[in-house]
Amino acid sequence: MAKSQLPDAVLVDKYISGDENALAILVNRHQSKIYGYIYSKVLDRDITEDIFQETFFKVIHTLKSRKYYNEEGKFLSWVLRIASNLIIDKFRSDKKMPMNRDTDELSVFARITDDSLNAERKLIKNQVEVDIKTIIEKLPHDQKEVIMMRYYLDMSFKEIADYTGVSVNTTLGRMRYAITNMRKVIEKNKIYLPS
Amino acid sequence: MAKLYSKRKLATPKMLPKKETIRLILQYSCALNMIKVGNMNFENIAN
Repeated sequence: MAKSQLPDAVLVDKYISGDENALAILVNRHQSKIYGYIYSKVLDRDITEDIFQETFFKVIHTLKSRKYYNEEGKFLSWVLRIASNLIIDKFRSDKKMPMNRDTDELSVFARITDDSLNAERKLIKNQVEVDIKTIIEKLPHDQKEVIMMRYYLDMSFKEIADYTGVSVNTTLGRMRYAITNMRKVIEKNKIYLPS
Repeated sequence: MAKLYSKRKLATPKMLPKKETIRLILQYSCALNMIKVGNMNFENIAN
């Protein structure tokens, strides 16, 4: 099997045994999800770069010192948890939390563009996305988390379950409740969302 | 209002770290050497 196709657990073992190339493959494989996760929380490219770097420094340190890490096929969940802790540390040290996410200079929605759409459709599309984001913000935390990870971070239900520490069935249930709740909010507020 | 039939996902385009960041991480990994003596770990970063 080509090295780039090996499962995370094998690559971690190889890295611990001294194969530096295994780390390069792991970083390459998961960089987008980890970077996207950090950015979705801090909404600042520079801080994201710093936390991403710091996360992997901790990963390297832990793996090389052969402590704390118990590989059970959950490398990504473990790394995301490290990133999550670093993000919390960052907010604690800054004594602030991100506010007005949609008005931030580097809004998530500003990156979603489709050149094939005309100006009017673009406006409609952007408005729909803002509306959906506002509705998502009203959801309970556990449901919001599942929606954000599934649709914005493109994570599988298995990965979400591993990260949140619940079963896949619970994750699916939360997704169902989230969608039901979103429909209720849409009906209650008579929000028009073109499909 | 006209309906949209775009198939684009809500997920944002892949966001990636800078190449310099990746290079730094991999260089740090190559440079870091952990030496275990008894219960203690000593770290050594090669210049």
